[in-house]
Amino acid sequence: MNFLQLIQDPNTQWILAGTLLLGICSGVIGCFAYLRKQSLMGDALAHAALPGICVAFMLTGTKSIIGFLIGALVAGVVATFAIGYITRESRIKQDAALGIILSVFFGIGIVLLTKIQHSSYGNQSGLDKFLFGHAAAMVSDDVKIMALICAFLIFITWLLFKEFKIVSFDPNFAKGLGFPIKLLDQLIMLLLVVAVVVGIQAVGVVLMAAMLITPAVSARYWTNKLHYMIILASAIGGISGIGGTLLSSLGNNLPTGPLIVLSATVIFVFSLLFAPNKGVIAKMRVRYYMKKTTKHSIENSIMTATKPKEGQS
Amino acid sequence: MSSFWIILIGSLVACSCSIVGCFLVLRKMSMVGDAISHAVLPGIVIAFLLSGSKEPIFMIAGAIIFGLLTVYLISMFSNSGVQADAAIGVVFTALFAIGVVLVSLYTRQVHIDLDHVLYGEIAYAQWDLISVAGIDFIPRSVWLVGAVFLVNILLITTFYKQFKLCAFDPIMAAALGIPVVFFHYLLMTLVSVTTVISFDSVGAILVVGMLIVPAATAYLLTEQLSKMIVISCLIGICCSAGGYYLAFLLDASIAGCMVTIAGLLFTITLFFSPSHGVISKMIRRKQLSRKMASNDATL
Repeated sequence: MNFLQLIQDPNTQWILAGTLLLGICSGVIGCFAYLRKQSLMGDALAHAALPGICVAFMLTGTKSIIGFLIGALVAGVVATFAIGYITRESRIKQDAALGIILSVFFGIGIVLLTKIQHSSYGNQSGLDKFLFGHAAAMVSDDVKIMALICAFLIFITWLLFKEFKIVSFDPNFAKGLGFPIKLLDQLIMLLLVVAVVVGIQAVGVVLMAAMLITPAVSARYWTNKLHYMIILASAIGGISGIGGTLLSSLGNNLPTGPLIVLSATVIFVFSLLFAPNKGVIAKMRVRYYMKKTTKHSIENSIMTATKPKEGQS
Repeated sequence: MSSFWIILIGSLVACSCSIVGCFLVLRKMSMVGDAISHAVLPGIVIAFLLSGSKEPIFMIAGAIIFGLLTVYLISMFSNSGVQADAAIGVVFTALFAIGVVLVSLYTRQVHIDLDHVLYGEIAYAQWDLISVAGIDFIPRSVWLVGAVFLVNILLITTFYKQFKLCAFDPIMAAALGIPVVFFHYLLMTLVSVTTVISFDSVGAILVVGMLIVPAATAYLLTEQLSKMIVISCLIGICCSAGGYYLAFLLDASIAGCMVTIAGLLFTITLFFSPSHGVISKMIRRKQLSRKMASNDATL
């Protein structure tokens, strides 16, 4: 199939729309996660969504995105509370708490998944596609619901932009001003879970973390302003969503999720190298320039110091 | 007999993971362990594609290279201004994605399917027998996992003092002339090797459960590093045996059940540990406040 035919195919158009939305969603909320130093929280929440999805499937017996959304939401909220509880109430540090919740929830998810596969649930084929994502299975209804969720997420972010910004940069100041930071904290977590749920179908639980982290980190290289960073991150997320989808439908039998992640990684490496001011090359240039000018000025000062002054011989 | 082998392999995996896991938990590097366990996948696949055989030596070499590459990339990015946990997230997802793409590209040649990546194939390990020194009834995995277990024990006991000091006070270790960076990378090498060997039995992703959960559970039970390692190994063995029977009961994945049991044991410890449990702390606080109140009354 050549490229033009591919673009004109209505199925592909829906899938492209879905991955574009997923990239935008996770780019927006990923910025806040990154600034709040909670990047790996997205990873833990994505893994934790698996048992939620399995339970939702076992209860409803269908693969509806709404059911999965609720299941993943409940599991994500439980995981968030568990991580908070462990770090608060015991001497276990946050990284270990994240690791524990991530692996135990994922383990339970795998148990439920294999249980579903071994027992006589009809219509269960494709549930394991949630592990690595299966963008090709998205249909127009899924994408419409994703669009709604995405719009909701962006609307909330737009509405509470100032609050989220101050909580991300200086929570103590926000507290002093009387903002309900606990509530805002929970809200950002909730939005994170929502973004994870939107992405799971296309990217899968295992790699969803990349969609939250990589666009945000890449965007951070280019700007120091939060609103530019958010716009840039959602653009990067959207571009990698579309890029990965196109790559996977051009090649044969390649999974979409990892290709989306790899597209985002390529953009990250590009930003790492070529971003003005913060990029590796820009830094090298500055260093080289500094070296040259200091050498020059040292040489100059040596010259002037050693040069015999006229009229004094 | 089959259940004996499965439990034995599971226990050896859990013990090898716990030994290195204790140091990861103490050094606040649990998520680096998670990253390594994901990132060795491309190493395994590339080693397989280059050598064309499933010989463990190539797998281990591939895993070590990619494990150390992961650690190096993470520290490079975090030194260049990216936040540490974001650096971890970027690096391991990229490497894991490469691994998954390679697996799907070369499915026919690699003989690894994605389920295997996720939760291993411990149930089939027992039929893969190998003859070593005339003994031919012991499965291949037992030799492999046993060897890694011994290597871990040997290295950790030989350099126990150095590892301990690096874990608790790296600055003092450096001041005493211990090559901290060398021991850091040695530990990361051990994590990579343990991960790749555990790959067959618990899969790349659940390995992180075996690395962190028993060690964190033991951390809530004792104050001494040596005791912590022994306790975490015992917990690992319980997880392996309990997980096997749970899997048998539920007809589900053995590796998943092992991690589920580990989570259960952790939850119990979190609440009921005599020294650090939530409930025992609460009781102690209450006793203290009662004592204070009676002291006030007598005054």
